[in-house]
Amino acid sequence: MRRPVQGFPHLGLTRRSVLKAGAAVAAVAPLAAPSILRAQTAAVKIGILQPVTGALAHDGDLGRLGAEMAINEINAAGGIKALGGAKLEMLFGDARSTPEAGTQEVERMQADGACAIVGGFASPICLAASQAAARYDLPYLVDVGVSDQIMARGLKNTFRFGPGFGKVTTVALDNLTRMNELAGKPAKTVVLVHEDGLFGSGLAKLLQTELPKRGFEVLETIAHPTPARDMSNVALRIRSLNPDLVIPSNYYGEFVLLARTMQQQRIKPKGVYAVLGGAASNGRFVKEFPQAAQNVIDCNHWHDPRNPQALALRKAVQEQGKSFAYNVSLNYSNVKLLADAIERAGSTDRAKIIEALNASTFAGHIMPYGPTKFVNGQNEGATPINTQIQGDDIKVIFPEAYAEAKANFPAV
Amino acid sequence: MYSPQIILEAMLNGLMTGAVYALIALGLTLIYGVLHIINFAHGALLTCAMFAVWVAWAWLGIDPYAVIPLLVPLMFALGYGLQRFVIGPASHGDDGNILLVTLGLSIVLENVLLATFQSDTRTLDTDYSFQVVALGPLLLSFPRLIGLAVAVVVTGLLWLVLNRTDTGKAIRAVAREKLGANLVGIDVPHIYAVTFGLGCACLAVAACLLMPTFYVNPRIGGAFVLVAFTVVVLGGMGSIPGALLGGLFIGVVESLCGLFLGDSLGQLGIFLIFIAVLLVRPTGLFGAKA
Repeated sequence: MRRPVQGFPHLGLTRRSVLKAGAAVAAVAPLAAPSILRAQTAAVKIGILQPVTGALAHDGDLGRLGAEMAINEINAAGGIKALGGAKLEMLFGDARSTPEAGTQEVERMQADGACAIVGGFASPICLAASQAAARYDLPYLVDVGVSDQIMARGLKNTFRFGPGFGKVTTVALDNLTRMNELAGKPAKTVVLVHEDGLFGSGLAKLLQTELPKRGFEVLETIAHPTPARDMSNVALRIRSLNPDLVIPSNYYGEFVLLARTMQQQRIKPKGVYAVLGGAASNGRFVKEFPQAAQNVIDCNHWHDPRNPQALALRKAVQEQGKSFAYNVSLNYSNVKLLADAIERAGSTDRAKIIEALNASTFAGHIMPYGPTKFVNGQNEGATPINTQIQGDDIKVIFPEAYAEAKANFPAV
Repeated sequence: MYSPQIILEAMLNGLMTGAVYALIALGLTLIYGVLHIINFAHGALLTCAMFAVWVAWAWLGIDPYAVIPLLVPLMFALGYGLQRFVIGPASHGDDGNILLVTLGLSIVLENVLLATFQSDTRTLDTDYSFQVVALGPLLLSFPRLIGLAVAVVVTGLLWLVLNRTDTGKAIRAVAREKLGANLVGIDVPHIYAVTFGLGCACLAVAACLLMPTFYVNPRIGGAFVLVAFTVVVLGGMGSIPGALLGGLFIGVVESLCGLFLGDSLGQLGIFLIFIAVLLVRPTGLFGAKA
């Protein structure tokens, strides 16, 4: 395993290399010294792209937090050792919740000397931003964007550490079928609610063809725009159809609005099973609207609950008074993955970093994926898991190997 | 097919949303009726009022409904001042100029809000935001019901002001015949400014009614103003009952289209009506013949 050894031994190494550099400086003519000093300590600039204003501001904020925490941790542990302990420097770009702004920020970050970019969050932003980065052969690590289109273009610079639609849907359906069987098959009918963009529509289409194959009847598929002004009509339609299961795929604001409107209209299906639900595994939702959030199940990105590093991160985020969500873990892991690649490349050369990412078998992340293995840019081991909001906490309920609590299904 | 109960509920939802559309259209139609100008800054002024409600709630902890008595005079004063000291003088008596001035004003206002509040979408949360009133088997949103009631009351009040007070008489006189009104001693610039102020006061009320269930960002006004234009055209330019009925009707159309065609296409019906009215009855339901 090419995972870098972490902890104090390396600090010693760094100190030694610093001493060596110092000796070199002393030995060389004074005039040459500044350039050598600069060469030794030049920061490694990495671009962090997140929508921190606009409709997706809440998610972007969490993504930035995760990236920041990883950068601080790496720097505190001595930076990139292969580059003489060079520190990581964050070049931040605000994607302002639109693909256009994301592209502009990529142009700016590449001009400012970023050696790689991490982030994007929403599928349309990732799609546009990675394309813009490809023009400069700039490595781009998609943090969340799940649309399968992102990885289907064969861009050499684009990597996705997390799972895409296809994978998430398959796992979500397998887990749902299994959970339903374990509970004595209480759920038969389903209503799909999805946002009408790249992410929601693509997912709904997949679910629509796959659910009937597993014995579920899709009563209706309801689309809504982002941002949505009102969910009354959606709730009315759900009420008239009276399904056993509601499967929503949308972003934070709309998910909260839907859950609250369903609560208001006293709609109580046997389960709300979100696939990549925008709020269903978000601490803020649980904290602000505990009643509407109760028993919502999500199949989504989530950290490995047995990983002590993940638990420490979750605690650190909550101690800052912020809510924890998967974006934090994903961005944290992506930055660590990138740092490992830069370490192994021993350079900030973009082509060398891409090469190192392709050969990556990184296991120092906090997701339940195992060591990374990129095939055409997609991490093969990436997988979502199931969580459920129980009380004031988000618990992993499925698969059994990771479960922290038993699924409350059908919801009582 | 949906059960009659669901359709009825969707219609009632539409009526309640439509009441707020009506209130926004009321300000627009009043300003058109008297000043004979389309106020392009209407949306931006609504956004300003909505941010004021949000600020009062988030920073000062004042309930959105309690803001009504504070915000109405404030927005009236803002509207009065804008017409008296900015739009009026800048127009140099040419209606074409007024169009451009209000358009410019809307761009300035939007960007000031953007610079101050960023493009984030903000919401406020009250205890009653998601409360319902059970009417038999129907569940109606409490804040929207309040919205409907207040909108009807405000329309009534405005009608009374125009028909039963001296200022109202003066406003109607100026609307009918500007020169004649001036000859009998009515201060026309003052009446213009009062009318603009009244239009803005309507927006203040609309903003207070919207915020408990809605969100605000610097560009939100545009979404409402397009609907309000349709309402004004449907109801007849300058007609107050027309604005109210037009608003309610448009609300119902939007809601039913949303139910049957999906929310992504909900507004389709509104603009089809807009085009149909322009083709078939350009004066609208209650408009005077051109």
